[in-house]
Amino acid sequence: MEIPKSFLGYKRENGRAGTRNHVIILPVDDISNACAEAVANNIKGTIALPHSYGRLQFGADLELHFRTMIGTGKNPNVAAVIVIGIEPKWTKKIVDAVAATGKPVEGFHIERSGDIETIMKASKKAQEFSMWASEKQREECPLSDLWISVKCGESDTTSGLAANPTVGNLMDKLEPLGVHLCFGETSELTGAEQVCAKRGATPEAQKKFMKTWNDYNEFILKEATDDLSESQPTAGNIAGGLTTIEEKAFGNFQKIGTRKFIDVLEPAEEPKKGKGLYFMDTSSAAAECVTLQAAAGFNIHLFPTGQGNIIGNPIEPVIKLTANPLTVKTMKEHIDCDVSKLLSREMNMSQAGDELIKSMLRVANGRLTCAEALGHKEFVMTKLYRSA
Amino acid sequence: MSQPDLIIHDEKDNVGVVVIETTKKGQNCSAWIMENDKTVKVPSTNDVPLGHKIALKDLKVGDTIFKYGHDIGKVVKEIKKGEHVHVHNVKTKKW
Repeated sequence: MEIPKSFLGYKRENGRAGTRNHVIILPVDDISNACAEAVANNIKGTIALPHSYGRLQFGADLELHFRTMIGTGKNPNVAAVIVIGIEPKWTKKIVDAVAATGKPVEGFHIERSGDIETIMKASKKAQEFSMWASEKQREECPLSDLWISVKCGESDTTSGLAANPTVGNLMDKLEPLGVHLCFGETSELTGAEQVCAKRGATPEAQKKFMKTWNDYNEFILKEATDDLSESQPTAGNIAGGLTTIEEKAFGNFQKIGTRKFIDVLEPAEEPKKGKGLYFMDTSSAAAECVTLQAAAGFNIHLFPTGQGNIIGNPIEPVIKLTANPLTVKTMKEHIDCDVSKLLSREMNMSQAGDELIKSMLRVANGRLTCAEALGHKEFVMTKLYRSA
Repeated sequence: MSQPDLIIHDEKDNVGVVVIETTKKGQNCSAWIMENDKTVKVPSTNDVPLGHKIALKDLKVGDTIFKYGHDIGKVVKEIKKGEHVHVHNVKTKKW
């Protein structure tokens, strides 16, 4: 198949391109959710991103909170941002960082005004932003404007056999065309960590990967109260035939095809070494991982599933593929790309990769994903430890 | 290119994955090895559902299970060729 060289995206002020054109109402903290949701309810064409944290966090955990908030605002799938927090200082910190992209952003704090006045002021600005964004048109953008993140979920053995290698096939075909790629799931590479480390493009990347994996593994060993059965692998994984974390890890690892990763990113860290594949230190929980990848600037997501994970994200479209014929049959409304014919050998891996490229480009050009049509907007902050 | 009952990733593997809805007890399964495109026959001792694994040879306690050509865990209960391989007879070497 000849791969199209462009897609129709929204060009942003900083030179990036979006596959979506969201106006988001971003609460800085848990207690500002009500206000943000009221504004999004008032003004059509906006979306609130409520979450559970943002108070009394400190150290690396607070830094991650800001990185996630700011990165979400900066993502090119977002046209404009309203930030609402309880206090002025942290609100302004996010507003200023998002403003560096050149996109419209305005902050509001609730202290000394209360919810109602804040909702009124923020709604007026949100209306302005929503109507402004509604005039943005899709334009032809080079394929290299796609930043593609990947993460699998509710995996079973069909994931490792077929759906994950389909993503790997897409990576092998698209990496030479200059896209950014990102995989994560540190804990879920356990058992395959040595093989994965060897995929580091440089000794530095390899070393950084092993340090990241070792740190995560030590944390798991310290907190574990049992052998993690039903957590890793999950009960769903086990029902689908996955027996051990090692088996899950080698299946997971098929997603990067034959590619090498050029750098290891902190959670939600924006890649800075140009085009190519990156590994990000993330949890293996779907919504946490995708939220971090979206905050790092990735604008389209590929999600292979076995038993049928249903996750979506509010700003980054999540495309599901599966090779499990039972999942296709019983959960059809969640599957964007069916590659189950790989198992019956009615389709080969290259054909499956082509099908996924086609599905992805349709979504990049504006087609809703199943998760978007069904209203999945899982926005889940990663919290490193207890607040002060 | 007929539809296989099992798929085996790598020639070195000692398990194969069921890719039909279920195997039937006593079924002589056709197993396709992805790595070298060969097809071999493997008996199924039990009814084994889609996605679950079947042993390609006799395995004793302490043996390593190979899939993708890699170590994916250890045998904790003796397994005969053709039997269902899962959490009841295999455990992780990690955690």
